[in-house]
Amino acid sequence: MTAETIIQSLASGLLMGLLYGLIAVGLALIFGLMDVVNFAHGEFLMIAMYASFFLFAFFALDPLLSAPLVAAALFVFGAVVYLLIVRFAVRAKANTGMVQIFSTFGLAVLMRGVAQYFFTPDYRSIPHSWVGGKTISIAGIYLPQPQLVGALIAIAAFAGLYFFINRTDFGRALEATREDAGAVALVGIDKNKVFAVGWGLGAALVGLAGAVMSIFFYVFPDVGASFATIAYVTVALGGFGSVFGAFAGGIIVGLVEAITTLVLPASLKTVGIYGVYLLVVFIRPRGLFGSI
Amino acid sequence: MDKAFIQHRRRDLVVAACLTVVAAMMPLAVTNGYYQELMVMTLLYAALSQSWNILSGYCGQISLGHALYFGVGAYTTTLLFTKFGVLPWFGMPAGGVLSAMIAMALGYPCFRLRGHYFVIATIVIAEITLLLIQNWEWAGAALGLTIPMKRDSWATFQFARSKLPYFYFALGLACVAWLVTWWLEDSKWGYWWRAVKDNPDAAESLGVVVFNSKMGAAAVSAFLVAIGGGFYAQFVAYISPESVMGFQISLLMALPAVLGGIGSLWGPILGAVILIPLTTLTSSYIGGSGRGVDLIVYGGLIIAISLARPQGLVSLFSRKARPAANPVREAVAS
Repeated sequence: MTAETIIQSLASGLLMGLLYGLIAVGLALIFGLMDVVNFAHGEFLMIAMYASFFLFAFFALDPLLSAPLVAAALFVFGAVVYLLIVRFAVRAKANTGMVQIFSTFGLAVLMRGVAQYFFTPDYRSIPHSWVGGKTISIAGIYLPQPQLVGALIAIAAFAGLYFFINRTDFGRALEATREDAGAVALVGIDKNKVFAVGWGLGAALVGLAGAVMSIFFYVFPDVGASFATIAYVTVALGGFGSVFGAFAGGIIVGLVEAITTLVLPASLKTVGIYGVYLLVVFIRPRGLFGSI
Repeated sequence: MDKAFIQHRRRDLVVAACLTVVAAMMPLAVTNGYYQELMVMTLLYAALSQSWNILSGYCGQISLGHALYFGVGAYTTTLLFTKFGVLPWFGMPAGGVLSAMIAMALGYPCFRLRGHYFVIATIVIAEITLLLIQNWEWAGAALGLTIPMKRDSWATFQFARSKLPYFYFALGLACVAWLVTWWLEDSKWGYWWRAVKDNPDAAESLGVVVFNSKMGAAAVSAFLVAIGGGFYAQFVAYISPESVMGFQISLLMALPAVLGGIGSLWGPILGAVILIPLTTLTSSYIGGSGRGVDLIVYGGLIIAISLARPQGLVSLFSRKARPAANPVREAVAS
C-alpha cells in the first residue's frame, strides 16, 4: 500500500462523505424540527433516483439538469407525507414513540412495495450522462467526476441551508419552532405550515442527493435501505437534529468507509461505519455534536 | 391485588387453553400441505413476536435487530448438527443460551442508549453480524448451510413429507412464549418493565433497578427468539445469512405485535394470525413473488393501524383497554 493509494482513497472517501452528508441532512433537519425520525428517508432517496432515471429515459434530461425538478417534486412529496401521515402520528394519544417510528416505517415498506410493483425489482442505470463514468486528475489524484460534482452540490446545498436558516424570515420561524413549538403559536406562526415546509425541505435535500446518486449508482426498489442505515449513522454521529453535525458526520463516515476498504475486504466496508457509530455512542451516548 | 385483575388473568388462561385446543385440531380440517405450512409460519411468527414484545413492548426498548438472535439460534443448531452431529434437541437450547448471553453482553453497553440511538444500535449490530457471517467460510459464508435430509425421525427432528410434527412444535413454542409472557406480566419483572417503559428516571428513583430489568427482558426475549430460529432451520432445512439474519426478519418479528398491540398479552398472536396469512395469500394470489404486493399490504396496514389504532387491534375487543396494574405509575402520579 503506497502513500499514493492512501491519499487516493481518502480523497474519494471525502467526496463520498460530502454526499453522505447531503443524503443525511434532510433527516437531521426534520428530527431537529420536531423530534421525529423519518424511517422512510431511504425510500425518499429511492424515488428521487427513479425520478431522475425516468426523466432521463423519457425526456433525455441529464440528471444534473433535472435535479432541480426532482428536488421540487420531492419537496411536494415531503410536505404531503407530513400533512397526510406524520401530522397525525405526532398527535397519537397512546404509544407515541412507537407510532412515530412505525408510521414512517410503514411508509417505507409501502413505498418499497409500490416501487417493486410498478418498476419491477430490476436494476436500472443511466447509461451515459454528462459526467457519468468520467474521472478528472487533480495533482495526480484521480477523482470520479460524478462524486466530485455531488460533493460540490453538497457544499452548495449546505451553504444555501445555512443562509436559509440564519438569514430568512422563514428560516427564523423554523428555528423558533424547533426551540419551542408552543410559543411560536402565540406569536401567530402556523406550526403545521412550518412543519410541512420543514418536511418539504428535508425531502428536497435528499431529492438532490438522489439525482446525483442516479448518475453513478444502480436504481432499484431496495436501494434506499443501505443508504438509509448509513444516513441514520451519519445523523446520530453528528448528534440527532444538528444540521451541521450531519455535515461533519457525513465526512467522517466517508473517510471511515475509505479507510475500511483499505484494510478489509470490500464486502465488509460498512462494518467500519457501523463500528464507528457504536464506538461513538458508547462513549458519548448523544453523538459527537449532540447536546447532553 | 384487586379481584377483577385476578379474574381477568384467570380468564386469559382459560381463553388461551381453549384456543390451543382449537389450534391443535386445525390440521384435522386443513390437510393441504401448503396451508399447513402457512399455519406453521403463523404460529412461529406469533411466538417470535410474543418474544420480541417482552423486550420492546413491555420493557419499551424497541429492537429492530432481533434477527440477530433468530440467526444465532438457526446457525448454532445447524452448525452443531452438520459439523458435530449434535441433535437439534440440544442445539436449540444451546442456541437459546448463547443468544441470551449475547443479548446481555450487548445490553451492557447498549442499554445506556436511549430512544433512537438505541434503535439504530440494534439495527447496526444485527447488520454487522450478518456481514461477518457472510464472510465466514466455515459457516457457509453467503451461500449458507443445508441440513442433509436423512430419514424421518424425531431424534433428528426431520420429516420429509408430514408437516404435523413441525406444526405441533410451533404450537408448543407459541404456547410457551405466551405463558412466559402471561407469567411475567404479573411478576416483579413485569411491573418493573412497565415502569421502565413509562418513565425510567422515576422508576429508578423508586428503587427499580432499571439496568438489570432491561437485561432480564433482553435475555428472556433473545432466548425464545433463538429457539424459534433453531426450529425454523429444521423446518426449511436450508439457511443463509440473509434468510435468517436479514433486516426483513427483524421487521417481520415486530410487525405482528405492532398490528395487534404493542406491550399487550394478546397483541402478537392476533397480529400474526392476521398478518402472516394475509400477506402470504395476497402475494401468491395477486402478484406472485417479487412483485411487492405483500410489502404494499404490510406497509398500508402498519400506517393505518399506527394512525387509527395506536393501541393495536386488541383494543377493539375490550371497549376499555384493560389497565395493566402499575403501582409505580400510580406512585409517580400521586
